[in-house]
Amino acid sequence: MQLSKQKIMGYRNLWQRFHIDLPLLLGILMLTFAGLLILFSAANQNFHMVEKQLLRLALATVVMLVFAQVPPRIYYKYTPWIYTAGITMLLTVLAIGVISKGAQRWLNLGLFRFQPSEIMKIAVPMMIAYYFKDRHLPPKFAHIIAASALILLPTFLIAKQPDLGTSLIILTSGVCVLLLAGLNWRLLVGVITLCIASTPVVWHFMHDYQRQRVLTFLKPERDPLGTGYHIIQSKIAIGSGGIFGKGWLHGTQSHLNFLPAHATDFIFAVCGEEFGLIGGIVLLMIYLYIVARCLYISSQAQDTYTRLLAGSLSLTFFVSFFVNIGMVTGILPVVGLPLPLISYGGTSIVTLFATFGMLMAIHTHRNLHTT
Amino acid sequence: MRKRLTLKNHQHEVSLFQRRIVLAAIGMIILTILLILRLFQLQIAEHKTYTTLSQQNRLEVVPIAPTRGLIYDRNGVLLAENIPVYSLDVVPARVKHLKQTIHRLQKIISISPRDIKSFTKLAKQHRHFTAIPLKIHLTDAEVAKFAVNEYRFPGIMVKAHLMRHYLQDDNLAHVLGYVGRINALELQHLDLGNYSATNFIGKTGIEKYYENQLHGKVGYEEVEVDATGRAIRTFGKVAPTPGNNLYLTIDSKLQQVAIKALGDHLGAVVVIQPNTGEVLALVSRPGFDPNQFVAGISAKAYKTLRNSPDQPLYNRAIAGQYPFASTVKPFIALQALATHQITPRSKIYDPGWYKLKTSTHTYHDWKRGGHGWVNLAKAIIVSCDTYFFALAHQMGIKQIDLSLQQFGFGQPTQIDLDNEATGLVPSPAWKLAAKGKSWFPGDTLNAGIGQGWMLATPLQLANATAMLANRGSGFQPHLLKSAQPQPEPQVNFPKTVWHTVIAAMYGVVVEPHGTGFRFGYHLPVKAAAKTGTGQVHSIQRRERYDESDIPLKLRDQSLIIAFAPLVDPQIAIAVVVEHSPHVAPVVARKIVKYYFAHKHLSITKNSPVIASAAKQSRCAYQNNISGLLRCARNDKFNKFASGSISHATK
Repeated sequence: MQLSKQKIMGYRNLWQRFHIDLPLLLGILMLTFAGLLILFSAANQNFHMVEKQLLRLALATVVMLVFAQVPPRIYYKYTPWIYTAGITMLLTVLAIGVISKGAQRWLNLGLFRFQPSEIMKIAVPMMIAYYFKDRHLPPKFAHIIAASALILLPTFLIAKQPDLGTSLIILTSGVCVLLLAGLNWRLLVGVITLCIASTPVVWHFMHDYQRQRVLTFLKPERDPLGTGYHIIQSKIAIGSGGIFGKGWLHGTQSHLNFLPAHATDFIFAVCGEEFGLIGGIVLLMIYLYIVARCLYISSQAQDTYTRLLAGSLSLTFFVSFFVNIGMVTGILPVVGLPLPLISYGGTSIVTLFATFGMLMAIHTHRNLHTT
Repeated sequence: MRKRLTLKNHQHEVSLFQRRIVLAAIGMIILTILLILRLFQLQIAEHKTYTTLSQQNRLEVVPIAPTRGLIYDRNGVLLAENIPVYSLDVVPARVKHLKQTIHRLQKIISISPRDIKSFTKLAKQHRHFTAIPLKIHLTDAEVAKFAVNEYRFPGIMVKAHLMRHYLQDDNLAHVLGYVGRINALELQHLDLGNYSATNFIGKTGIEKYYENQLHGKVGYEEVEVDATGRAIRTFGKVAPTPGNNLYLTIDSKLQQVAIKALGDHLGAVVVIQPNTGEVLALVSRPGFDPNQFVAGISAKAYKTLRNSPDQPLYNRAIAGQYPFASTVKPFIALQALATHQITPRSKIYDPGWYKLKTSTHTYHDWKRGGHGWVNLAKAIIVSCDTYFFALAHQMGIKQIDLSLQQFGFGQPTQIDLDNEATGLVPSPAWKLAAKGKSWFPGDTLNAGIGQGWMLATPLQLANATAMLANRGSGFQPHLLKSAQPQPEPQVNFPKTVWHTVIAAMYGVVVEPHGTGFRFGYHLPVKAAAKTGTGQVHSIQRRERYDESDIPLKLRDQSLIIAFAPLVDPQIAIAVVVEHSPHVAPVVARKIVKYYFAHKHLSITKNSPVIASAAKQSRCAYQNNISGLLRCARNDKFNKFASGSISHATK
């Protein structure tokens, strides 16, 4: 056993030295390449947009490599600080928003603007994993309550920005840690049941316009000129793609601008239209491959903190692309979430690469001689 | 202690974690399969539906409006044309915040609340993704301004249209009518396919009557459009078929002369070519500018037009119903002669009044003191009422009605215009039905001088005059040049009958006592005429004829019917001038003078009807009329009249 590991170590020595996980990197590269292809078409063959995206990817890769170099114990050490700083920034953003009487997500740091909610995507699972590191698992009820508070505070702050998609992802990432830590199923089922049971009461106390909004959220077809228009057009794009698609650069829905947000949140519809069912399945398979590798990494992690963190990051990655594709194909309500690694846009890509960097760090900084 | 605890739980923790990871993996696979199933559903099961939807999204069949046919007068003078204008069109489905967008637009281009109002009205009637005009008439500056800002307004575009333009302002408004925006009511009866690109439709006049010919056939273009409605590519095109150009029988110069002759007076003029039924001029004054209706008349301007006491929108020439007054006399005389009720030599003594044996009521002649001994010729020349009272009494209302009906009175002439009035030839049955009263002998007397309830439109008068001029053969009056002359039922009277009455009507023009001296003054041709002075109130609409006994507060109307020349007649005229006695003959004279001074320019000469008989009788009229008159003056008429007529026709 030890010997084989030594062997493996020798085999991967070059990559190991730079703390890079080759299988994960390959998956990311494949997805990125596919993403650029789709984006080029979605952007109406606008090289400028592709260049910008490439630039972002380059920056994100650097971030990933930097994150991969940091030993997990450092992450562990600074977790409470990162979390506290994140919460502070969220509060600041909210305060600025209140003062300027407008929605606010950005913090202008002079040189660049930056979204504190992106930090929380990593900081929340870190914090919850940190919290459970030295505690009994499966967690006791009191600990669950405390951890829930740690999750719900940033979730609430971000939802208030309002950024429903991100707050949902943060909630997911925290809950994933709880689940992986061994949260009692019965408790989870109980909470969900309670939520469902309370809806009629909440419904009763809502204003009519709020009800309308919820209904539209759940069934966008109710509003064919607003959100419903997006969904209808994206279903038309995907459906008209058929098995093999209309061919790269030949999608009419996107090129004639019928499909809104076709370079950002709804980019999967472009893939569906131009590459058809085959393209969609291939894309899903690449995603699954990445998730599988991440799950493998988390299962190989050596302590509770890294295990929970890696597991949560992997599951969150799955949830983010599942929710996006579910939304674009019309089986989930529309929340503003990008398709990871493919959608055009800045901060989320950097964050995502940072999590991949952390996963690589967790995998490559293992102490192979402990067992 | 603590370390031990951790160590102790470690195995358990790891296995718990591993279990959860496996569960999560299973869950994720299930969810991914769910996604793939959804893709199957969309891309295989419902593929056809979505392909269709995608094609519908992308491909648009854009109708192309045909060019409306032009309208010319008989000499090829352009009367109605199409001029290019730019309109601001909005596709509501592609504009996100319509109200705000219009508000932003207003900062560049002035858009009146009225424009917005009519736009919202149209938007409700049309489908969401069709272009609806917001402002019809953009100036060049506005077009340029919008072009610069167009990128800010997706779903809004400047479109070039052809708009109707009438070149002769108000001169021909009542003939041509006008086009206007298609309204909801018209939309229900339209061929929606053929009119899918058309904004305007004929509302009145020739524009309405010949809408089918003028409109043409719609064309189509299949284009690929993007989400903002911009056409990217064209696939196929079917060019529209333009509408037919129409040539009218109207002589626009003559029309202008008639209008100028009428001046500021209210009234109507109709000039007909007797041997074809072609209407050379059809004037109703005051007129209005039809162009303001094309661009969309404002409610205020329309109200002003509608409520004007002069009623400029009302086509007096075909819908105005006036008492015949003395113009009825030649028609009654013809029937009386033909049925041998009288001979040209029959005479009566006119003391200035007439009395029925059964009644104490006195019927006065227009001339106090009377005309003395009067035969038919004199009765027509001086317009003797007493003679026609007596004649009417002798003939009875049935014969009078018959005499008028055979000349087309009391029924529409079927001219190619809508809203023609029928006029009224009253009968005992009519009176019973309309008034609930029985017919009195006095009513017959009134009918004999064209008063009472008797009504005719200027067009009917002109048409009947044309028949009279043709010695009984009528042609349906029409405005479209290409239409073949439609012979109407003829009136068959012996030649001598026509001769006698026409000779008398010539006397009206040339005799010193003739009532038509204002008409006959310095005429270049020999003409026949009969004047009339309507003693009833102003114009009467069809529905109001039963109010003919309202107080006579208004001044008299002046009427004249005339034709020229006596033989081979080329024009028949009817003029009605409201509230202005003695004006109509002057108007008619100006028309005749112009016509015969310029006839070589425009009017083709052919007279299939009476050419042969014409020459020999041409010189006879002069002799004949003096002979006829002498009968009356000398009251020894049996010596002259019969001889002269037989001499003339030989």
